[in-house]
Amino acid sequence: MPPLTRWLVKAALFWLVATLVLGLAMQLPLAARVPLLRTAWPTYLHLLVVGWLTQLIFGVAFWLFPRYSADRPRGSDRLGWVSFVGLNLGLILRVCGEPRRALGADAGTLLLLSAVAQLLAVLAFVLNTWPRVRER
Amino acid sequence: MPRLSVWMIRTALLALAAGAALGALLLADPGLAGGLARWRPLHGELLLVGWTVQLAFGVAYWILPRFREGRERGREELAWAAFVLVNLGVLLVGAGQPAAGRSAEAMAAIAFAAHAWPRVKPFR
Repeated sequence: MPPLTRWLVKAALFWLVATLVLGLAMQLPLAARVPLLRTAWPTYLHLLVVGWLTQLIFGVAFWLFPRYSADRPRGSDRLGWVSFVGLNLGLILRVCGEPRRALGADAGTLLLLSAVAQLLAVLAFVLNTWPRVRER
Repeated sequence: MPRLSVWMIRTALLALAAGAALGALLLADPGLAGGLARWRPLHGELLLVGWTVQLAFGVAYWILPRFREGRERGREELAWAAFVLVNLGVLLVGAGQPAAGRSAEAMAAIAFAAHAWPRVKPFR
């Protein structure tokens, strides 16, 4: 298993645990009195779909999809790392920014940066994976 | 990788890119939400169905056990039908036709399950 896959899969596992703990906290009786928990549904959903599911797919696809070439079996490592850093940086910024916005504070810059980082991550993954998806 | 898997996985990658771009716009500027809010269902559908479900279809069609006799991947036409129906469903939900879209997605699921069911077997 290549190093990038290990980072992606372990980060996916981290977000899975963090998200389900958040989901549990959202169900506790005190959640109704804590605005951060009351408004956390969009963050919860995105952490689960992006942080866990999509990141796990990125890791396994980078590892197991058909080889790009004999000398560069996994295509561009650099694009792979851009997708790892962008996805996780974007999620961290989202976790910081989305509750601030829900509470009425200004979080525009944080969420703009989060959006750019996550989009760059996805585009890097698509660019790197596209040529590896081909007929024999 | 068989041709249908290439189509499914590449379409899933396009759905991921389009869904993420739409999501980035929605996240970055809530002021745009007045104009973009009607695309929120398409954002969700592209990522939950167009990306994850379709990617699973494509990979499963590729790697599930094949048959030694007859067509090696069994009833391929069912998997092709699933490919067409799942993408039609995503587009219909995104276009504000959730009942029609979800019907197409349900038929895609039935078609793919009918294709894959006999391939879930020991490697022999």
